[in-house]
Amino acid sequence: MNDVMFARGQMAMSLAFHIVFAAIGVAMPLFMVLAEVQWRRTGQADWLALAKRWAKGTAALFAVGAVSGTALSFELGLLFPGFMEHAGAVIGMPFSLEGFAFFTEAIFLGLYLYGWERLRPWAHVAAGVVVAASGVASALFVTLANAWMNAPRGFRVVDGAFVDVDPVAAMASPAAAHEVVHSVAAAYMATAFAVAGVHALALLRAPAPGGDGPGALAAGALRAFHRKALGLALAVGVPAALLQPIVGHWSGQRVAALQPMKLAAMEWLVETRAWAPLRLGPLKVPGGLSVMAYNRPDAVVHGLAEIPRADWPHPLVHRAFDVMVGIGFALAGLSLWAAWLWWRSRSRAPKADASGAAPVGWADGRRFLWATVLAAPLGFVALEAGWVVTELGRQPWVVYGVLRTADAATPMRGLVVPFVTFTLLYAGLGLAVTAVVWRHVASTLRPAPPAGPRAEHGDHDDHGDHEHHDHDHHDHEHQDEHGPRPSHAEDRGEGRGGEDP
Amino acid sequence: MSWGAPEAVAAVMLAALVLYALSGGADFGGGVWDLLAFGPRAAAQRRLVERAIAPIWEANHVWLILLVVLLFTAFPRVFAAASIALHVPLTALLIGIVLRGGAFAFRQYGPPRPEYRRRWGRVFALASAVTPVVLGVVVGAVTSGDVRLAGGVPVGGFFASWVGVFPLSVGILTLSLFAFLAAVYLAHDASRLARDGAGAGAAAAGDFAPEVARALAEDFRRRALVAGAALGPAALAAALTAGPGTLHFRAALLGSPWSWPLQILTGGVALGAFAALWRRRFALARGLAAAQAALILAGWGLAQQPYLLPPDFTIRGAAAPARTLELLLAALAAGSVLLFPSLAWLYSVFSRPAPRPRPRAG
Ligand code: HDD
Ligand code: HEM
Ligand code: HEM
Repeated sequence: MNDVMFARGQMAMSLAFHIVFAAIGVAMPLFMVLAEVQWRRTGQADWLALAKRWAKGTAALFAVGAVSGTALSFELGLLFPGFMEHAGAVIGMPFSLEGFAFFTEAIFLGLYLYGWERLRPWAHVAAGVVVAASGVASALFVTLANAWMNAPRGFRVVDGAFVDVDPVAAMASPAAAHEVVHSVAAAYMATAFAVAGVHALALLRAPAPGGDGPGALAAGALRAFHRKALGLALAVGVPAALLQPIVGHWSGQRVAALQPMKLAAMEWLVETRAWAPLRLGPLKVPGGLSVMAYNRPDAVVHGLAEIPRADWPHPLVHRAFDVMVGIGFALAGLSLWAAWLWWRSRSRAPKADASGAAPVGWADGRRFLWATVLAAPLGFVALEAGWVVTELGRQPWVVYGVLRTADAATPMRGLVVPFVTFTLLYAGLGLAVTAVVWRHVASTLRPAPPAGPRAEHGDHDDHGDHEHHDHDHHDHEHQDEHGPRPSHAEDRGEGRGGEDP
Repeated sequence: MSWGAPEAVAAVMLAALVLYALSGGADFGGGVWDLLAFGPRAAAQRRLVERAIAPIWEANHVWLILLVVLLFTAFPRVFAAASIALHVPLTALLIGIVLRGGAFAFRQYGPPRPEYRRRWGRVFALASAVTPVVLGVVVGAVTSGDVRLAGGVPVGGFFASWVGVFPLSVGILTLSLFAFLAAVYLAHDASRLARDGAGAGAAAAGDFAPEVARALAEDFRRRALVAGAALGPAALAAALTAGPGTLHFRAALLGSPWSWPLQILTGGVALGAFAALWRRRFALARGLAAAQAALILAGWGLAQQPYLLPPDFTIRGAAAPARTLELLLAALAAGSVLLFPSLAWLYSVFSRPAPRPRPRAG
């Protein structure tokens, strides 16, 4: 590997790491606000518990998103100064706007997390809405920058310099619309199915319904809690997943028009031809690629042989595309199943009683639950695969048709050192995040009811830990114990942290 | 020199740097005091630090991101040149930032086992202490006039421009400044906790009983006095070790029309901050310490003019095309209408004393 490869590898690794937290940062705040709104509407403690636990998850992961995003903004210069030197004036604009979106997101997340007792109810919900909206805004702006790399506009190149710079035209790149819609839908979809999977697993492990006595009551409450979470996650995930193949088709058409060689790499089509097939593993749909690209089975699709061999993108683009499309159809299928189950329950079953604890949930079938558990990681896999398609498929260009990646890389030698350092750093961070998320999920799966059937109290799920840390109330947990009502005056972030012996 | 869009963006960047130092810098300083916590109240000191940082550090951190983004949008060639020549310290800075933020979050949200929290607390504290030094080294190198490229590669290699006594002294100066700011803020926080606690009973002050809070205010008052006193020698060391590349900088700092008014004002504010600390007027001390830091940075920025990265890049010469700058300034103006009220709300919500129990609406 040469230095350029290490630079690309480090960039790819950092982006692949960041995008996970970015997607969660886009979608999770929506779940948290929806749950809070449900709580304010119904007064059911389960919703409050969900809102708090999702807010807590958002906060923990937001921090990792913030630091990994900071690393990215520096790395653009550290690894590809030639890119930034030219592109900065053209696409700095969306990055600057994104800066304001970050500010809004960070400020209002702080208000949301630490403001349960300090803000009026409507102000608290509004703060959450602002967090959710600014997450989408960050994704929008940064994707505009990426769209420009794929279909650069708003400048002319004269003797290697970018002149007649028009940042507005650059933001309105013809690749912008499909990328933004597809990426935002992907963020909702990936996060929703991950959340749904956790709660589906919890439902599978919950004690079976039936019987009587206090145990059965607790089990019923537990199931009601997880059904609410699963229902909300699917309510976001199912429409997104049904939409995504359609948006993906649109993306394919735009790629065919704007970056024909990326399209060729996606299906590894070497010879230019009509009736270009779509291959999905063993499956081969004659004319499928022609339809995807131009809506006609007999349309001519350009093949890689039109450009020099050295400029062909890496074949991984093709594998990644298959993975994304395969997952896209799998999740759309699961979503159809979910939609059908829901529709059937509407038309057949009696409506849930006032407590919302129907004896049988519409999504209680074990086969459906298992399918949902298995689908949990798939959205994120597709998200990563899609970015591999977009980024690797653009090679050898960093700015399509204008600037080659190799010409943009830093003259710094020995890039293997930062590459290895950052690999270790991200591996460590990844492990640590996994531990934090694992604790979160494990406390969800623990078969103690998260909330008493009609209790005023919020979230009891963390109580198992209190045995180990009597003096160590985390503030959210602490607030949870006091439930929705400010029972006594508390100071900011009071009681957070532990004695550090 | 005339004032135009490039200067306006540079001024906004200087303002962002000042705001980052006053907010984000103090968060790093808090980590330094976590590292240096000792005595019978070490655990309480750490808790006070954590409590002060948690709700706001991510918002404070965005000033740095804004700074980077403005740099690459408005002065892309400077961003590229600095990224190449200062690759090594900037990478170190990044690692420090990632470790500090990550460790803080893991300590806060991870399993609450004491050893786990202690381990991440250590990483947080160490990263908080090292990162400001690296940041200062970068600022020192930028000031030194040694960051130059020839044929796209750094003159003298990837180390010469930032390995030296001068950048290091600027690093130590930065560390002392952040630690000073943090200590003053923390002394103020603790004294307020003591006051609220005395008025409303221990519950209002959370885990901090009034006597503990009072003692903490004293702890941090002493630390602030020490860190404030260290600022003088650190600044002197930086001045004495400055090389020939800083000739313009030093001449401007000492010989401009604004030099002596600014120097006298900075000195006066510094003495005032000291006196206020001495007399336990913590709110006043906080304001004066912040003003002192802002004046130091403003002096640095003014003396850098007209350079952004001396000696090869001036603000004018390195600026992006006019259209980009105009749009950027418009976006900044629109954004600040959104930003400053939100920030004010954040700070005011969390600096208010304990909320009164409120009847539940609805
Ligand atoms: C949950 C994630 C997910 C799912 C299920 C899909 N995609 Fe996707 N896809 C993405 C997530 C994604 C992405 C990660 O968000 C990308 C990267 C850049 C972008 O705009 O979206 C992407 C890019 C991307 C591109 C390249 C766009 C470009 O470079 O401008 C195409 C052609 C498709 N997708 C097509 C599809 C098709 C036909 C799908 C059929 C089901 C599909 N995607 C499902
Ligand atoms: C939205 C803004 C983005 C920008 C500005 C951006 C920028 C870049 C740059 C400058 C490179 C290096 C040059 C190159 O190899 O082409 C790169 C490579 C890469 N990026 Fe992106 N990227 C963005 C989004 C993403 C996302 C979200 C991902 C996904 C996880 C991603 C995945 C990759 C990969 C895999 C590479 C390496 C390609 C290779 O190995 O050649 N990118 N990107
Ligand atoms: C398509 C790809 C990307 C998306 C959708 C995205 C989205 C987001 C979101 C939603 C956040 C908020 C933090 C969180 O919730 O975890 C975030 C943080 C951040 N991102 Fe990205 N991002 C992408 C790529 C990039 C790239 C290429 C850069 C840099 C050049 C970048 C820089 C940052 C920075 C600096 C932060 C931290 C903001 C803070 O401190 O609040 N992101 N990103």
